[in-house]
Amino acid sequence: MATPTAPAVERENYLNKHYGVESWLLTTDHKRISLLYLLSVTFFFFIGGIFALLIRLELLTPQGDLVQADTYNKLFTQHGMVMVFFFLIPVVPAVLGNFLVPIMIGAKDLAFPRINLLSWYLYIIGGMLMLHCMLTGGVDTGWTFYTPFSTAFTNTKIIEAGLAAFVAGFSSILTGLNFIVTIHRMRAPGMTWSRLPLFIWAHYATSLIQILGTPVIAITIVLVASERVFHLGIFDPKLGGDPLLFQHLFWFYSHPAVYIMILPSMGVISEIIACFSRKRIFGYNFVALSSIAIAVLGFLVWAHHMFVAGISVYAALIFSFLTYFVGVPSAIKVFNWTATLYKGSIRYDAPMLYAFGFLGLFTIGGLTGLFLACLGINVHVTDTYFVVAHFHYIMVGGVLMGYLGGIHFWWPKISGRMYPESWARLSALVVFIGFNLTFFPQFILGYVGMPRRYYQYPPEFQILNVLSTAGSTVLGLGYLMPMVYLLWSMRYGKPAPQNPWNAAGLEWMTQSPPTTFNFDQEPVVTWEAYNYEEIDHAQKEEVPVAG
Amino acid sequence: MFDNFPLWPERASKMAANVDALYIFLLIVSAMMTTLIYVAIVYFAARYRQRKGEHAEQIEGSTPLELTWSIIPLGVFMVMFLWGAVVYFQGRTPPRDATEVYVVAKQWMWKLEHAEGQREINELHVPVGSDIKLIMTSQDVIHSFYVPAFRMKQDVLPGRYTVAWFHPTKAGTYHLFCAEYCGTQHSGMIGSIVVMESAQYQAWMSGSQGGPLSASGEKIFAELGCATCHRLDSQGRGPALQGIFGRPVQLEDGRIITVDENYIRESILDPGSKVVKGFKPVMPTFQGLVSEEQLNALVAYIKSLSPPAAAGTKTASTSAPASAPVQGSQVQ
Repeated sequence: MATPTAPAVERENYLNKHYGVESWLLTTDHKRISLLYLLSVTFFFFIGGIFALLIRLELLTPQGDLVQADTYNKLFTQHGMVMVFFFLIPVVPAVLGNFLVPIMIGAKDLAFPRINLLSWYLYIIGGMLMLHCMLTGGVDTGWTFYTPFSTAFTNTKIIEAGLAAFVAGFSSILTGLNFIVTIHRMRAPGMTWSRLPLFIWAHYATSLIQILGTPVIAITIVLVASERVFHLGIFDPKLGGDPLLFQHLFWFYSHPAVYIMILPSMGVISEIIACFSRKRIFGYNFVALSSIAIAVLGFLVWAHHMFVAGISVYAALIFSFLTYFVGVPSAIKVFNWTATLYKGSIRYDAPMLYAFGFLGLFTIGGLTGLFLACLGINVHVTDTYFVVAHFHYIMVGGVLMGYLGGIHFWWPKISGRMYPESWARLSALVVFIGFNLTFFPQFILGYVGMPRRYYQYPPEFQILNVLSTAGSTVLGLGYLMPMVYLLWSMRYGKPAPQNPWNAAGLEWMTQSPPTTFNFDQEPVVTWEAYNYEEIDHAQKEEVPVAG
Repeated sequence: MFDNFPLWPERASKMAANVDALYIFLLIVSAMMTTLIYVAIVYFAARYRQRKGEHAEQIEGSTPLELTWSIIPLGVFMVMFLWGAVVYFQGRTPPRDATEVYVVAKQWMWKLEHAEGQREINELHVPVGSDIKLIMTSQDVIHSFYVPAFRMKQDVLPGRYTVAWFHPTKAGTYHLFCAEYCGTQHSGMIGSIVVMESAQYQAWMSGSQGGPLSASGEKIFAELGCATCHRLDSQGRGPALQGIFGRPVQLEDGRIITVDENYIRESILDPGSKVVKGFKPVMPTFQGLVSEEQLNALVAYIKSLSPPAAAGTKTASTSAPASAPVQGSQVQ
């Protein structure tokens, strides 16, 4: 199955088949588009990261001193917008999903390769609009755009920022559409639904949310723009509108959007844990269906963002009740991943360390979600740093740990090179420690009562803020490390064998990096997912490839 | 007043103790869950580390186990939900005889007006051990009235009233924060709640001038000529307002609603939207003619026409539960 040695001369693959700018900008190869996304999301992560660093620096002292109040408000708004719309939402599906969805199911490409390229261009157009918006004045409403502040009061660039999110939203819709059709129509012979890798199930669930939820935010943005430009009374009570209507519409998308971000990372974690435990995932069916359950239930809980917003007590009761149900499938996943370790044969390679990190952070993020779902506690902690800490544990702790784990796991396949393993392990550790130092103090800060989006704050909150800022420098370092050594590995790394981890899955049965059409001939699947027993049995004689 | 490094917020209201108890319960449950998961992961990772000659044991999964770890957490979640709901319900249900304070928020200050007529900015004096009900609205964008020491928060919206209440248990000065982002000086929209011993509070009260809020409301009522139609002695072109507050009325379209602060407010600003059965929609709007403070005074005045004993219910606002229909016959 595996090639015995890496050949001296590079074989033809998707990277070296064509050269030149045009061969990249006009490519319809899902793997090349994946790399285009990799570059662009990394760029936006960098920008969002700089904003985050400036925010943390400003909060070192209680008084506002580093930047002006308005600048600070723009910093956290743009940090949120860039990170949510231009990093977290596309990061796993558009980079790893784009690369792996076709290969994992044994297809040559996505169902609509040109639409795939279009979706990248839409993302770039949206991104350029966002950049232009930020460079020419920026926006200061918070990424939540609450009305009537956004429609009638602020004089910053709402329309342009909205347009940026609007266009990027279509990129997200098209990616989702492409995945759904591909997964339905292009599976290799024998690749039944019950043999799909859990990564595919997770992306399928994500795609459902993308195509059902994203149009709602598009509509909402159009409504905000109409009120702002034409003074149509939709959300502003002075014009006869209702500001709560905006919040309902906004969260109807933006709560499920959290699952757009986290589900693909959960898919990554399932792949990594199975591989480095040498085991089939415990309770495959439950893990697969819990993704779908999260996608469906995720649409029924949006008003838990509005418990103190002025909704009725009975509405609040219903949404709190439903929110607890969405906790169950997430818990099921965590329990099954943990159970997969039981009687495994566990290796601590870098991707697995990231997966452990994911479990650690997602557990805390998920459990603190129970606090927020609890009406009595929510009143006190909503709109404080408790919420900030909670969603960073999910969206950064969870999503980014999953993404980095996935990038390390599939890097040999994507780049054809091995990265320095010890550096990678170190970065996983640094990220985990830095993350907790940054965000754990914010839970305490929130319960003590520091509201979010505060440019200056009463002095008694300072010590916790200093801790958090100190942690963020460690975290920043942890994120920079992979950028450096992965780049380094592209030139100096050892050539990667076809299957460096002895992993299961079709992506490991083609060369590294794959050819343009992924497989020399269409694979026929005769085995179940995660057939680690067979793989290890077959390779008993061989020396395992160390990372 | 404040310690240098608080790890727990001050506990200065009845609600604070309830919320803290619930919070501690969730902390314990979460700590147990975290420990369970972390210990399992660390133990498995160490115990089943890859060794030469050993292979993983393939285990397909177990439906009984899946059901166990779905149903037990769900059961615990339901306890959290119910307990949380009870605490929330208390926090959203102001006692009938609570002292009322009108709050008007604007970028970036809090204006507070006592029913007795005292006006304050960014500071609210209240006596310890009393129930204080806040009837709040905003002049511009959404704000949020947040007092961490009371574990109390309620968004303040333009164009409607929202209601919150608290029962301070400890004298002291506590932060009042705006918790909903509201523009440039959002973090400067900080005030304080001064909780005073009764005697001190009485002294503070007597130091200020100005009649009760309802009296200024009465003056505005007269100035705007409301009494031409809403007559005190006999039926005018509009409904008589005596005793109307807190009572159900039937509308033109047959619906029955309870007269609360929001309904009075809406009837002044948008009179055509909910006309009482038997009356014609002839009232002009006062949108733009009365300020938020004048509106509050008018509401206070109309409420004063319904003595508490006669009024059936106490709730206002969208955030209070729609009270069960008052038993007995309805007006009109």
